[in-house]
This record gives sequence, C-alpha cells and structure tokens, in this order.
Amino acid sequence: MATDLTAPANDEAALGEINKYDFVTPTTGVFKARKGLDAEVVSQISDLKDEPDWMREFRLESLEIFESKPMPNWGGAINLDFQDVYYYLKPTEEQGKTWDDVPQEIKDTFDKLGIPEAERKFLAGVKAQFESEVVYGSLQEDLAEKGVIFTDTDTAVREHPELLREYFGTIIPPHDNKFAALNSAVWSGGSFIYVPKGVKIDFPLQAYFRINAESMGQFERTLIIVDEGAEVHYVEGCTAPMYSTESLHSAVVEIVVKKNGRCRYTTIQNWANNIYNLVTKRAMAYENALMEWIDGNLGSQLTMKYPAVYMMEPGARGEILSIAFASKGQHQDAGAKLVHCAPNTSGRIISKSISKNGGRSSYRGLCKVEDGAIGSKSNVVCDALILDPESRSDTYPYIEVEEQDVQIEHEASVSRIGEEQLFYLMSRGLTEAEASSMIVSGFIEPLIKELPMEYAVEMNRLIELQMEGSVG
Amino acid sequence: MSDTLKITDLHVAVEGKPILRGVNLTINRGETHALMGPNGSGKSTLGNAIMGHPGYEVTEGSIEINGEDILEWDASERARAGIFMAFQRPMSVPGVKMADFLRHAATNVRNPERKEGEDLISMREFRKELKEKMSQLRMDEEFARRYVNDGFSGGEMKRAEILQMAMLRPKFAILDETDSGLDVDAVKLASQSIAAISQETDGGAEMGILIITHHDKLLDHNAPDFTHVMLGGKIVETGGVELARELYTEGYDRIRAAYPEAAAAEAELAEEATTV
Repeated sequence: MATDLTAPANDEAALGEINKYDFVTPTTGVFKARKGLDAEVVSQISDLKDEPDWMREFRLESLEIFESKPMPNWGGAINLDFQDVYYYLKPTEEQGKTWDDVPQEIKDTFDKLGIPEAERKFLAGVKAQFESEVVYGSLQEDLAEKGVIFTDTDTAVREHPELLREYFGTIIPPHDNKFAALNSAVWSGGSFIYVPKGVKIDFPLQAYFRINAESMGQFERTLIIVDEGAEVHYVEGCTAPMYSTESLHSAVVEIVVKKNGRCRYTTIQNWANNIYNLVTKRAMAYENALMEWIDGNLGSQLTMKYPAVYMMEPGARGEILSIAFASKGQHQDAGAKLVHCAPNTSGRIISKSISKNGGRSSYRGLCKVEDGAIGSKSNVVCDALILDPESRSDTYPYIEVEEQDVQIEHEASVSRIGEEQLFYLMSRGLTEAEASSMIVSGFIEPLIKELPMEYAVEMNRLIELQMEGSVG
Repeated sequence: MSDTLKITDLHVAVEGKPILRGVNLTINRGETHALMGPNGSGKSTLGNAIMGHPGYEVTEGSIEINGEDILEWDASERARAGIFMAFQRPMSVPGVKMADFLRHAATNVRNPERKEGEDLISMREFRKELKEKMSQLRMDEEFARRYVNDGFSGGEMKRAEILQMAMLRPKFAILDETDSGLDVDAVKLASQSIAAISQETDGGAEMGILIITHHDKLLDHNAPDFTHVMLGGKIVETGGVELARELYTEGYDRIRAAYPEAAAAEAELAEEATTV
C-alpha cells in the first residue's frame, strides 16, 4: 500500500517549490511503536523489519542487558524517562509535524547556511525522506564494480546477512554500556560499508547523499569493514542543526580495519538544544592499519561521546581529532580512547573545546596500554578555550599502563580569550565580535583543515553563527 | 587635507594608578614626532591610550581628531578613523593566517561603514597589493600563510607590524619601540620602509607619526620635526631633531635636573612599580 507523504498545504506554501531531488519512495505498512520500551515494542520493531530470528534474539537479549545496567555515574546529568520516548517511528508517520512546529532559530540557521529547501524539510523532521537518487545511484554503480558495499544497515541485514553477522555487535557488544545495549535493542538505519581487499576509494563516501529518516534516525547503527590494504573515508551527518521532537539520540558505530587498511571517519553534528546525544564509537585496527576519527560536536543538551581505537596487532595506529563547542545550557562531555593491545602501536589524540555563554565542555579520555604492548606510544594534547567567566571547562584524563617500555605523553592547556589579544585585533579595525570569532576559528583550525572542503566552509559558518551576539 | 590628532591635558590611570599626569600633544598629518624618555615615564601608556586599550582609563582630558572627541570610541572605531599603533609586543593569534587577518582588517579600515558579514575586498587585488608590500619589506611570500605572530622571531614581528601599517594606510601611526630587538640592518630597512609608507599614504597625504624610541637609529630616515621628552607622566620639553640627538648621547640627567617635580613623580612611579 502506497502511503501519501504529501505535507499539508500550508507547509508547501512555506517551503516553496518541490525541489528536483525531492523524491518520495512509497513504503508498505504503517507502524508507530507506542511510547516506552519493553519486549513487545522490541519484537514489533523486528517484525516490521521482517528480520531473521538471530537479530530478533539479539535485540531482546540487548533489552535485558539494558534493563540490568545502571545509568552511568560519570559524564553529565541525564534526566530522561525511558518510558516517555518513541523508539521506532516509521518515516511515514512523520508527516504530523509541520513547518510551523519548527523553532524559529532553526529556520534562521537554515537561512544563514543556505540549506536547499528540500533538505530543510528533511533536517527539520517535517519531511519524511530526502534522497538524491541521481547522486547515490551513480555513486553506487561506480563502487559496486569494485565490490564495495554501501547501503543502509537494515538493507544489509537482508542482502548481506553473512558478512554483517560476522562483525555486527562484536566490536561494541550490547553489554559494553547501557546505551550500547539500548541501541542494540532498538536500532534502525545507519550505514553499512564493506571495502574489499586492496580497494582504495579516493573520494569521501558521504551519508549526506543518501540521508533519509531511517539512516539518520535516533538509534542508527553503522558498521564499516575495511579489508586488508583497503582505504575509505566516510563522512557522516551534516552541519545543519538536526531538529527532532524526540530528546534521545543514541547511535553505535563499529569499525574494523584489517591489515594495512586505512579508515577515516568524519562526523560533524549540530544537535538542537533539547537532545541527549549518547553515542558509542569504536574501531579495531589490525596489523599496520590506521584508524582516524574526526569528531565535531556542536549543540545538544548533553553529548557523551568518546571515539575509541583498539590497536589489536603490531604496528596499528589510531588518531583521534575531537572538537566540542558548548554554549548556553549545553554540556559537551567528549573525548577519546586509545587502547594499545599489541607491541609497537601508536596513538594520538588532539582535543579542542570551546565554552561560551555558560556552556560546559569536558575532555574525558583514556589511554590504556595492555600487558605486552611494548614499544607503544601515545600522545594526547587537549586544549580548552573559555570565552567568558560564566563558562566552564574540565579535563579528565585516565591513563592505565600495564607495561614498562612505553611512551605516554599528555599535555593540557586552558586559555581564556584575553583582553590583549582582542585589543590587538580590534586595533586593526576588527569589531569585538569579529575579533572573538577570528580567535575561535584559529583555535579550531587544526580540525577544520582536516575536513573536506564543503564541510570546512560550513563548519566555519556555523562557528560564526555561534559567535554572533556572544559579545557586547 | 590636513587632519589633526590633538591630545589635551590627558590623565591616564592603569589599575587605578595614575600614570599620565596631563599630556598635551598635537600631531598634524605630515609631521614626525619623536617621543623619548626613560623607562616607565609613560610613553607606551600614551600610545595605548590613543589606540583605546580598555585597560587604560582616561580620568581627565581629551583626545580629538579634527575636533571630534574619540574617547568613547573603541579600538576598532579608532582604527577605522585612521589611527594605527605598531605594538612593542604584538600578540600571536594561532590558527589565523596573516593574509586572512590582514584582508579582513584592510577591508574594515578602508570601508569604515562596513557592516559585519559584508563582502571583503577582492582577493585578487588584495593579494597583489600584499605581495608588493611584502617584497618591499623583503619578506618571504610564505609569510602571508603563517599564523599571526605565531612563532615569529622578534625581527619578524616588527616587520609584520610595519607590513600591517603599509596595508592599512593610517592617517596617524604610533610606532612603539619598533626598533627594539632589531639589528642595525633591520633598523635601517624598517626606518626606510616607514619613511616610504609615510609618503604614499592615502593618495599622497602623509602620515602623522609618533615614534616612541630609546635610540636614534630609527630617526636617521625619519628625522623628527619635533622631539618630546616624557618624564613622570608629562611631556616636559619639546625641541627639534637636535634634542633627540642630545638625549641619545647624553641621557636624561639634564632633564631630571631641570624638572625636579616630574623627576619626583618618576621616582614615585618607579617605587610603586617595584613594590607591586
């Protein structure tokens, strides 16, 4: 049965003409899980997706683990009633939201960022699906010839069951933490990528081109397998503010990088201020493999996210570049983890945080060297910039070393935008706002230059928007 | 057009402590003024007060451009009105490239009415001009891509300050010990450059320059029309270029003897500085 996805007439008026990329895919069945979480809801999700038994059992076991685990007693305060959340919304049910429901500040940001009309509807949650089939289609064809698989995870469960099952839930098992268990029970969407041996993809794969309500949902689940000697750069998310009436986002991202492989995973997220963003990201890097996380966090009420690299075999490397921007009413508890499980592995963490208007940012990081991982090196640099006296920054570095012959370095700095620096820039004709903005852009430059061009431009614009009206 | 920067009976306090105690000074465009005086006499304080540093509180007196009082203007507005200061110790701004910073600054100073977010001056013209100025200052092109003052040597910082002056084409420039930390050749290049920039500023109308210095080298190519001696927060004597020569060779003993009141104020300031 085809479902009518047409938004109410007043939305169309507000949004203008239908964009040429504005495809709507008919879906079969209509389902909206009731609020709350129990075995019935979880089974319903599995039924709707017509999943194999193993996945249903995986979900149900995960639910039990979720229920048995206490809330984390570190990080930020989570005031969330798990029974007051919808865990599964079929995209067809999203039409109830209208453009008028979207807060004005979000609309203004869309304007300033110049987000195309069709994307605005998706990003605001007004429109259920946004897919650019032209772009995605040609991309897929090119990749498919090389044996690359790039699809959403639900499709992968159906079409690539053996490959998926070999790795799914092995890097981040459900019992890893409460929110990984939650995601394992109710996950939906996310990306599945397999890059075969020796295949090097020389352009970034972007979820941006294939975003739809399922793949960018609240509980997405991403799995990336980079086979021996293969290379991929995956870019997730988009810099426009993600607006949702639901207050919980809890994703799981699992990555395997085999011998001599390379993987870079770039995320820039800018959540609306009501969101709890609790994400588990972990990669396992094997012999001489390189895993890089580039992780940018803006917005949200509370973000807890610590991308990790487990260096499993000799010569593996892990690099994590993390940036957080906390403004009024926001707490960014972000960081990184490096775990050295084999000899001669090396890791590097660079963390930058900015706090303004009473925002709070924390760096929380782990450097662990396991017994036998001789000759391993870890280098951690975390810098915090505080823009005003109301804002706050903390550093929680955890170091666990079970081996003698290793090298661990940790440097931390906290700075405030100084009167002298501002005066210097202003004496050259910059306004106070322009001067602060320039100091902040300079501070995050090491991250920006690692981003693909269009993301770098958008990130800079976002920072400018964040800085607007922050002084005066 | 003859613009005038006029300072009248200026009193300035820093963290509540009075430093300047009634400074009078008038600078017309085209004039070069040397400001000399022992350490701690208030020379840099005067520079910072003219530029509008928020930490320097004007407790009495006025600073005017063409009769308009600018005390309420912040540093940005003063820069747009044509005032420039080459800093004694410029601040570094890591992550911000010289070229990006200068393009933004030049845009604002040249279009004082520009609103935030409006277009910057054309990249092409800006690059051409920057390249030209850098070559005049014998600066490597790579300099434009370096972060503002980040990891610069003392000499590089001073040259970068002169480059900024060249790009911003001010009406009035304060050079706060631009010669300190430079070797003889570098001072020569700097002073020649300053003289050249002064001539070409804003379509031929020259800069009014206030050179704060301990040395006479910078004055070789920028012979002052006036030399002012500051002592104890006041300008106690004004003369021509010969006064600069005298102070450089003879020191300040004659001045202290001639102005006992200012010398007492100087001693008082010095004592406070050491007890803080």
